[in-house]
Amino acid sequence: MQYKSQAVAKPYFVAAIALFVAQILFGLIMGLQYVWGDFLFPYIPFNVARMVHTNALIVWLLMGFMGATYYLIPEEAETELVSPKLALAMFWIFLVAAGLTVVGYLTVPYARLAAMTGNDLLPTMGREFLEQPTITKLGIVVVALAFLFNVTLTVLKGRKTAINTVLLIGLWGLAVLFLFSFVNPHNVVRDKFYWWWVVHLWVEGVWELVLGSILAFVLIKVTGVDREVIEKWLYVIITLTLVTGILGTGHHYYWIGTPEYWQLIGSIFSALEPIPFFAMTLFAFNMVNKRRREHPNKAATLWVLGTGVMAFLGAGVWGFLHTLSPVNYYTHGTQITAAHGHMAFYGAYVMVNLALISYAMPILRGRAANSNKSQVAEMWGFWLMTVSIVFITLFLTAAGILQVWLQRVSDNPLPFMVAQEQVSLFYWMREWTGVIFLIGLLVYIWSFFIPGEEKAA
Amino acid sequence: MSEAFTTSTARNIFYGGTLFFLLVFLALTYQTEQSIPSRDRREMLADAKVVAGKKIWETNNCIGCHTLLGEGAYFAPELGNVVKRLGSEEAVKAFIKSRPPEGVPGRRSMPQFNFTDQQLDEIAAFLKYVSEINSAKWPPNIQG
Repeated sequence: MQYKSQAVAKPYFVAAIALFVAQILFGLIMGLQYVWGDFLFPYIPFNVARMVHTNALIVWLLMGFMGATYYLIPEEAETELVSPKLALAMFWIFLVAAGLTVVGYLTVPYARLAAMTGNDLLPTMGREFLEQPTITKLGIVVVALAFLFNVTLTVLKGRKTAINTVLLIGLWGLAVLFLFSFVNPHNVVRDKFYWWWVVHLWVEGVWELVLGSILAFVLIKVTGVDREVIEKWLYVIITLTLVTGILGTGHHYYWIGTPEYWQLIGSIFSALEPIPFFAMTLFAFNMVNKRRREHPNKAATLWVLGTGVMAFLGAGVWGFLHTLSPVNYYTHGTQITAAHGHMAFYGAYVMVNLALISYAMPILRGRAANSNKSQVAEMWGFWLMTVSIVFITLFLTAAGILQVWLQRVSDNPLPFMVAQEQVSLFYWMREWTGVIFLIGLLVYIWSFFIPGEEKAA
Repeated sequence: MSEAFTTSTARNIFYGGTLFFLLVFLALTYQTEQSIPSRDRREMLADAKVVAGKKIWETNNCIGCHTLLGEGAYFAPELGNVVKRLGSEEAVKAFIKSRPPEGVPGRRSMPQFNFTDQQLDEIAAFLKYVSEINSAKWPPNIQG
């Protein structure tokens, strides 16, 4: 580790992985409820399990991004963090707030949680992914501001590179767009319209900037390719991202009461959204092929290449599958969407976080790379999780195609619940694959406890 | 990539391209705001029951199981057209009221929320309002 203050990244990574486990456990609960309808009912109804599943995901990815930022900013800016203490304090505040929110979800009926937390004063709850009590949202804003203050000042006093500049643009964009979570008009059409400014412009916009810069950072480190080359690629990728992704928001404006010209705009621009992801795949493989050093951390390189491939498949290909409006007319709001969501989040954001953690964690623990044995276990974790998510996606896609046919296309369209029962075989297969995913995650975690060789970092 | 295409060229294209498409997006947002009053049935929001119903919808996390105009969770039926599917607001209220508190063995079942009659009126008014929004003929059929 080149800078002492990089050490603040470590608790962020540990907490991120702990929340990852929680996310997967609640995912398994939900998956089971799909086929065993009254499992844990009425104690943990589906909607509660889903909130924990999705909110834990969002929080752990953000934790990972923050940890990654604290790790890479000092190295890129070539200076210590302005305030490691503030970074640590924010870690605990964020973790405790997230923990209390989950406890609230699990122990109190949601309506009472809303009443207890003063949702009446500023109603923001009860919208998908933004279910957090308003006070939690305010807490997130405070943490985000303190975080941005810390890292921005660090970059301002140090070296400015393309990587830390793009990262900061992404993070500031993330924070600014989150403010739209406080916009909740009575008018459902406008509510939905601006809700997407958080959700879409995060994951198909500014988060990709964060993804790109983390990927570029790890690639420089593990391949030794010239910064000049890598930074040029980074700019090209994020240009493609925003040029396609901003107007690509239109693919959410087909059926929510917005004007119908969005069907054309959304179809055209979102059809182009796979391009930046394909560029990322080429980027990762090209840089690794042109490598000028053999970094001892093979696992980190595997995660980087995995991100390139899986982000393209999940976000690019599975996104394209249902993004054209004539197709989306039939697939909107079905298991096809769920299939895409699972592989896209895993391929893009889970994997890039694990890539950075894989690279940084051994160094934070005082060695250039983990022992061969530990890396082999980590790679088992990689393959088990990655192959599982591919199959989860395939099973959900199969369920989705059948659902669309039975419920929306066939001569005698079936009611929702009747169609659901017809596809339950695929839900069972998804659930068992989810169990394998959990095993992969446990193997991954176990790899951290396999002793490393005493190579100096 | 060729030598003529430098990092600073790439950076300038990034800033220029992003700014351009951001402005186009904002212009389209303005246009959308101007044109949706003819589609979004905002006059129905004058009824306090509709506004109250949206809040009940939110504070019970209905979106955690259902979709509304196709957005939400895929565990339970689409509700954007539920008033039309069940035939009336009365039928919607009767369904919500009839849910067994302990669920249905082995099957998915909506929780019993113990809503008052007034709250039921409000939810039904909200769902009625959503069903009148012009959603470009989506969903494809009444099953949602």
